[in-house]
Amino acid sequence: MDLSTTYLGLKLSNPLMPGASPLVDDLDMVRRLEDAGASAIVMHSLFEEQLMSEQMASLNTRDAHANSSAEAATYLPEPTEYRLGPEEYLDQLRRIKATVKIPVIASLNGSTPGGWLNYAKLMEQAGADALELNVYFLPTDPAVSAEAVEHNTIEMVQAVKQVVAIPVCVKLSPFYSSLAHFAKRLDAAGADGLVLFNRFYQPDIDVDELEVVRTLHLSDSSELLLRLRWLAILSGRVGTSLAVSGGVHTALDATKAIMSGAHAVQVVSAVLKNGPGQLKTMRHELAAWLEEHEYESLTQMQGSMNLTKCPDPQAYERANYVKILMEWRG
Amino acid sequence: MGNKSLVTIDGNEAAASVAHRVNEVIAIYPITPSSNMGEFADEWSAHGRRNIWGSVPDVIEMQSEGGASGAVHGALQAGALTTTFTASQGLLLMIPDMFKIAGELNSYCMHVAARAVATHALSIFGDHSDVMSCRQTGFGMLASGSVQEAHDMACIGQASTLRSRIPFLHFFDGFRTSHEVSKISELSDDDLKFMITDDLVQAHRERALTPDRPVLRGTAQNPDVFFQAREACNGFYMACPAKVQETMDLFAKRTGRSYRLFDYVGHPQAERVIVMMGSGAEVAHETIEWLSAKGEKVGIVKVRLYRPFSLEAFIAALPKSVRGIAVLDRTKEAGAVGEPLYVDVVTALREAKDTGLSSFAAEPKVIGGRYGLSSKEFTPGCVKAVLDELTKDKAKNHFTVGIVDDVTHLSLPVDSDFDIEPDEVVRGVFFGLGADGTVGANKNSIKIIGEETPNNAQGYFVYDSKKAGAITISHLRFGPRPIRSSYLIKRANFVACHQFVFLEKYDVLEYAQPGSTFLLNAPYGPNEIWDKLPFEVQDSIISRKLKFYVIDAISVARETGMGGRINTVMQTCFFAISGVLPRDEAIAKIKDTIKKTYEKKGAEVVKRNFAAVDETLANLHEVKVPAKATATMKRPPIISDDAPDFVKRVSAVMVANKGDMLPVSAFPVDGTWPTATSQWEKRNIAIDIPVWDEKLCIQCNKCAIICPHAAIRVKVYEPAAIEKAPKTFKSVDYRGPEWKGMKYTVQVAPEDCTGCTLCAVICPAKDKSNPKHKSLDMVPQMPLRAQERENYEFFLDLADPDRTKVKLDNKGSQFLRPLFEYSGACGGCGETPYLKLLTQLFGDRALIANATGCSSIYGGNLPTTPYAVDCNGRGPAWSNSLFEDNAEFGLGYRLAIDMHRKQAGEILGRLAAKIGDELVGALLHADQSTEAGIRAQRERVAALRTKLAGIQDPEARRLEIIADYLVKKSVWLVGGDGWAYDIGYGGLDHVLAMNRDVNVLVLDTEVYSNTGGQQSKATPMGAAAKFAVAGKELGKKDLGMMAMAYNHVYVARVAIGAKDQQSVKAFLEADSYPGSSLIIAYSHCIAHGYDLANGPAQQKLAVDSGIWPLYRWDPRRIAQGLPPLQLDATPDGKTKAADFMRNETRFRMVEKLDSARFQKLLVEAQRETTQRLAIYKHLAGLMVPIGDGTDGPQQPAPEK
Repeated sequence: MDLSTTYLGLKLSNPLMPGASPLVDDLDMVRRLEDAGASAIVMHSLFEEQLMSEQMASLNTRDAHANSSAEAATYLPEPTEYRLGPEEYLDQLRRIKATVKIPVIASLNGSTPGGWLNYAKLMEQAGADALELNVYFLPTDPAVSAEAVEHNTIEMVQAVKQVVAIPVCVKLSPFYSSLAHFAKRLDAAGADGLVLFNRFYQPDIDVDELEVVRTLHLSDSSELLLRLRWLAILSGRVGTSLAVSGGVHTALDATKAIMSGAHAVQVVSAVLKNGPGQLKTMRHELAAWLEEHEYESLTQMQGSMNLTKCPDPQAYERANYVKILMEWRG
Repeated sequence: MGNKSLVTIDGNEAAASVAHRVNEVIAIYPITPSSNMGEFADEWSAHGRRNIWGSVPDVIEMQSEGGASGAVHGALQAGALTTTFTASQGLLLMIPDMFKIAGELNSYCMHVAARAVATHALSIFGDHSDVMSCRQTGFGMLASGSVQEAHDMACIGQASTLRSRIPFLHFFDGFRTSHEVSKISELSDDDLKFMITDDLVQAHRERALTPDRPVLRGTAQNPDVFFQAREACNGFYMACPAKVQETMDLFAKRTGRSYRLFDYVGHPQAERVIVMMGSGAEVAHETIEWLSAKGEKVGIVKVRLYRPFSLEAFIAALPKSVRGIAVLDRTKEAGAVGEPLYVDVVTALREAKDTGLSSFAAEPKVIGGRYGLSSKEFTPGCVKAVLDELTKDKAKNHFTVGIVDDVTHLSLPVDSDFDIEPDEVVRGVFFGLGADGTVGANKNSIKIIGEETPNNAQGYFVYDSKKAGAITISHLRFGPRPIRSSYLIKRANFVACHQFVFLEKYDVLEYAQPGSTFLLNAPYGPNEIWDKLPFEVQDSIISRKLKFYVIDAISVARETGMGGRINTVMQTCFFAISGVLPRDEAIAKIKDTIKKTYEKKGAEVVKRNFAAVDETLANLHEVKVPAKATATMKRPPIISDDAPDFVKRVSAVMVANKGDMLPVSAFPVDGTWPTATSQWEKRNIAIDIPVWDEKLCIQCNKCAIICPHAAIRVKVYEPAAIEKAPKTFKSVDYRGPEWKGMKYTVQVAPEDCTGCTLCAVICPAKDKSNPKHKSLDMVPQMPLRAQERENYEFFLDLADPDRTKVKLDNKGSQFLRPLFEYSGACGGCGETPYLKLLTQLFGDRALIANATGCSSIYGGNLPTTPYAVDCNGRGPAWSNSLFEDNAEFGLGYRLAIDMHRKQAGEILGRLAAKIGDELVGALLHADQSTEAGIRAQRERVAALRTKLAGIQDPEARRLEIIADYLVKKSVWLVGGDGWAYDIGYGGLDHVLAMNRDVNVLVLDTEVYSNTGGQQSKATPMGAAAKFAVAGKELGKKDLGMMAMAYNHVYVARVAIGAKDQQSVKAFLEADSYPGSSLIIAYSHCIAHGYDLANGPAQQKLAVDSGIWPLYRWDPRRIAQGLPPLQLDATPDGKTKAADFMRNETRFRMVEKLDSARFQKLLVEAQRETTQRLAIYKHLAGLMVPIGDGTDGPQQPAPEK
């Protein structure tokens, strides 16, 4: 069965790839992912904000006590190779590139205009085949309008596109007032692909200690539904590649995402749970399903269930609350 | 001529730079002020810097200087070029090996930052008492007086030892030279290769012990031959001075810098000559040139090669015209005819006369004197005083200079206004706070001026002894000619005060010469600042006609993202207004330096510093100075009028930075000082202090137990007691059943708090509607200061609770008065809560032996000290002997106490008839296991005294003196991990083995904290420390387990921030245990690299992850049929070693250096943790036979 697909202009043997995750920290794991048939490697994000805060924290913890006592000028050693910049990330990118033959997609979360551009360039120089811009931003400030949020992102994408030659996709959250419109603008700004969706850390509450607790649960297939809907809405309407990220655990999940319009399917939780072999299993099952249902190739079903092609587009457009409830009751 | 590269570095770096390049093995041990030399060497080797033969020297940190010296000796014997760096007590520990090294004619040059040897007190500062203790070892001794000389003599010393086979001790003055930053000409590798040729190295190699050419050294010799064999080396000593001079000549040929064994400077027909060595000789040089230019016939002989002492060279250096010689020694040899150099000079002159070597016009008279002990200032005024003394018919011999001796009247009067500094020298004095980066910025400024302009530059930095809120005073000189002024600036043309609060404490403008510039950082603009200044400051600005500038540096730093770091802002101000460099050029250079300094620390750091530079110029304002001082506010008295007389007369002067003015008569003759003095030094260093919301408080007392400075306290008291309370004094009903009907208060000491926030962080009582608000919130101190000062005074006057009624647990212990308060420890210190607890539980009957280290510095560094007394005047008696001997020292306390107790018992027995059998019996068999028992015994002793007063018997008099020893004493041996795991381990092991009733408290910061973060054997796996830059590969030594192996030692491992209840239990059990006890206490530390407000959270992670298991091993339990080991906390299973490690820079930097390696270390650390825990768990379930004849383990008795 021909499972090949084109994502961000990259010809891939199949749509399944590990999504951004700590899996790539371990080169051995990266090798196993390639062996398991991953069509590309998506690195976890380089967070500019984290680099900045780490630099300042390091300065504060080290320098705050320096030169304050006659007996000690410093309290920690001073290595020359103290890498608080993006070097660690870029080195790992280089190592992964040297290890695998499949494309490597670097991921970036910037926090300043300079940061987005600078790190994007460095990632390209380090050999990234494509960039995933992780627009991980929670607009908590009531003074910031939706328009401003979108505008900044568009400007950033345009600027990044100007400084790098490799394809660039944007990983979005579902929290936009008009996602379809925003997706069109990103398309126009030059984005080569959209990844649906980012998963945020979810704060929980410890009611005994009255504290906010940060949690990150692995996804399950129920999270897929939101993504299927938006893939279906955007598929065919934007010129960019589409990828699904979040909630894909089985070959059937992948099938649904591809039918909804995904060119690439990113899997994280299922790989974390079951190991890299999960990709192999899913690929075999996907091929078997296509064969069983007499498809000629994977592309035949790509976008087949999107908003423009599915038999009942209203099912995507309407909030089906009442109907479901009634069925339930019945 | 070698390649002339100019660098701006300090004396330690100057010496180490040569030593590292001309050696192969470097064995060291950290000790102030030489530690930096070892650190430089380690850093360079870690970075792969090679010696002149292309190899990276092997730098090894040993367990003590004795160990380092042994390793050096071995490496020399096995043929490696070897060196070490040390000072003071460290050098003394090396002496036994030095005799051996010299006796075997090993080629070896060691480098010493000369420092005072501890006598009546410890001092980290510079004098020659350490090197003078080595005169008998047979080492050659080379003295340097400046940073350039420290660099040059390091080379000459190494070349000379290889040429002469005499080992050399090269020394320079601790701090004054070791820490002075100066512009020097650097020796290139080619220069060093020129001086140290391969044939010299070859000869050293050929003397190596090797089985391929076996020889034997270290024989034991008998009376028949030892003497003769000892004399066999004489030829080498005789030849040595000439070889050193040849080496110096060779050096001069290569570098243009010429040295003689004795260098003469001054008038060719000088009549009065000073003989001295070290940095003081530079001051004399400068002064004598100034005086000679005015026609005075004066000169100085600088001693370079002190041993072997060349009579010929010395006589040749003296002008024939000399009539009077003053020999200055930077050491004191109590009881000797005179100090060493003086005795040498007198002997040399006599011998020269006897042998006809000298041909003076008239035989010169010689006087000797002491100067500069412990870095006491030696100024041109001192030099002049000495020269003036030589003009007198009856010149004072064995004088002192630089102090006022009003007891034995040995001191020479010094004209304090004598000033020879030329106007061409720019002199800047900067007052900063340790944490604000002032010194770092000034070091940068010196580098900029030294390396980017033709000017010479000198920087010297004075620190106070506090670790929290430490004041730094930087003295910077820049000038066109070489700067020999090895003394502090007295009259500056630029004075900067980087902290506004200093104005109310110190006379910063006493340094400002008329017409100079004054830069002040203040939270006020140019229009408001004048009215905020104390009267004295206004008056000084007007009368000295100062140009006055102000900047709100804190705001600029905050707005540019620099937090509290105002270094860049203030440095920019200095360059902007001092005129040392054209402003634009200076700004460009500051930015260059910022880039160089911070580039590797991240682009963001550079960016923010740049922003700070740019913002500074817009915020720097000149202030229009009014014609008249108008302020009504005057600088408050430094110490309260309520303080005891001694504190007012002596301590207050020291607190005001004027200790130099105190005469000899002010001081105790034997180093004995009163305790309880820190209460009088109100430092007001907290920006924010905790404020108590009594309605939310759950009265857990966690704030009090964790406070490192005893600056937040709790009390229960009778309701009637608060009738006269100040209006804002807070009080609530006590909640527990034990003191029903009583009142409760949490009170902050506003002027003693350091603002570390630990109390507020640990406070569990949150407002249910607004959990951000807790029972303790941090708020600005200034508006609350006066009110809370009054409240605190009232609080202290409330009666302390009856000790016999206090429940001794984590909460109850906090109602006991801390007898360790307001120490100079770091804000957030992890050690001091344990000491405070110790004093709360046992302080009124404790003797503390304290190993040198952080705890001896914050525990005993003047001007004021933290050990205090209770309302009966009882409190801990404290002393520090040395670093290495503390266990033995503390054991000595116990031996004496036991002897006093025994004698008291014996006399009681003999006087029983007169005293009464009942009282004697009760005294001898008292149960003192509880507070009530101790009180009862004290009452019996009082009754005994009454009885004794009526008994006419010499034995009664003897008993009166020792009767108090009938009350149980608690002996504590306190120190850090450097002491317990490394340098003092041999002694500690022995003391534990003796099983006398002593309690050992190891404040384990897992690193040498006081000397700046060198690794110890307590450093855990994966942590970066100095001498383990890449992260320690081996696990922490399990000291507790080693002590358990003795079977009779009580051992506990505690972490007060994680489980305070367990800490309190351990302290109580250790005290009650009749043999030796060991408590290993987890102590978070600034050397771990994180905000110490998170200290308790990190302690909890250490415990929960199993990295720091809590346990108590009590041999008494065996007899109860219980396993001796109780595990008090086991890992929660969720927390991993990595969760703990990733929060601290010491581990995090290892990850940042090499993440793959860090991953391996993480895995290894987790494995080690798991394995060790498995062993502990096994032990905790282990039944040990009671040994009463029954076989096999006993069944456990039910837990009580």
